[in-house]
Amino acid sequence: MNAPFFKFGLFGENVSLIVAFLIGIGFGFFLERAGFGSARKLTAQFYFTDLAVFKVMFSAIITAMIGLFYLGWMGVLDLSLVYLTPTFMLPQVVGGLLLGVGFVVGGYCPGTACVGLATGKIDALVNLLGIFAGILVFGELFPFVEAFYTATPMGQVTLPQIMNIPYGVVVFAVILMAVGGFAGATRVEKAMAKRKEVQPS
Amino acid sequence: MLADTKTVTAGAAGGESGEAMVRPAQPYWNPYVAGFGLGLVLLASFVIMGRGLGASGAFSSLVVAGSNAIAPEHTRANQFYAEYLGDGSKSPLMDWLVFEVIGVLVGGLISGTLAGRVRSGIDRGPAISNRARLFYAFGGGGIMGIGAKLARGCTSGQALTGGALLNAGSWAFMMAVFAGAYAMAYFVRRQWQ
Repeated sequence: MNAPFFKFGLFGENVSLIVAFLIGIGFGFFLERAGFGSARKLTAQFYFTDLAVFKVMFSAIITAMIGLFYLGWMGVLDLSLVYLTPTFMLPQVVGGLLLGVGFVVGGYCPGTACVGLATGKIDALVNLLGIFAGILVFGELFPFVEAFYTATPMGQVTLPQIMNIPYGVVVFAVILMAVGGFAGATRVEKAMAKRKEVQPS
Repeated sequence: MLADTKTVTAGAAGGESGEAMVRPAQPYWNPYVAGFGLGLVLLASFVIMGRGLGASGAFSSLVVAGSNAIAPEHTRANQFYAEYLGDGSKSPLMDWLVFEVIGVLVGGLISGTLAGRVRSGIDRGPAISNRARLFYAFGGGGIMGIGAKLARGCTSGQALTGGALLNAGSWAFMMAVFAGAYAMAYFVRRQWQ
């Protein structure tokens, strides 16, 4: 068995769109199950009252990361054929800061806004319209921001490569960090719940 | 239009719905279970397609398709838009991420329906009006749209996908998202608390 299946020509472009639809269903399903169709649930992360965003995100990351590592190690999956977005450090950090600000102001991120819309939230629909407007603004201003958009190019590069540490060691370190983070997150949630009991708002 | 929409309260609040006819919403799944499921979907995407998940890229395709329908010359002349148009042989909407995001809408609807969580409303804290909440929703979306394009992806395409691939830029992006959100949280707390 050779994976990624699409890259080995197991099916063509048209079938890939059906695959996209099915994978999307899974994506949307689990986002909604986690409660990420609700802006209040999502933004509670940034007030330390409910750290589900961190917990869900990092359980998903370590699940897929461990799967990638073992499938690659067993030779089932050719990791060099899995697309890696090239790194442009400065615009990515600035874009990330903007996205974080927009997240807590708007209440959703792009994917969760879709789930919010699917479950009837009008604010999610308006948030999506805002995202479209933002993309249009970015597109129209592209000639002026292009120099910054392509600044600090580092190519397709991973943490193990940049730090010069073996892949498996980084995987293990991320797992340790995540598990430590989960324990810390639960403690923070409990402390916040206690504080709320002491001083009701 | 907004006057008749009810405020949706998050999480466990579904159980205290005032309408006797509406089935009470089920509680959300344990975050680790939901995250594990999400991780398996992401892994399936890597194994089947050789690529991860995304969201904001589909919105770009939609914006470019709209722009191309209204002002084709203007769209083709713009390098950012042109990338989504490709060689022009097919619509920018015949795109992997567009189909994936349609799936996200369907998947969200399926899960929401099964849990009794689909109901029209505006999700906000008690201290803010519907109008102000929608104003923030639009403004935040705008900032997010610009940020996602600048970063070449959003929470799905960069943080989740790149996170699992240990992509260096994605990890820097992820830290920046949390930093930006925590730094801004204090100033918009009235919206949520």
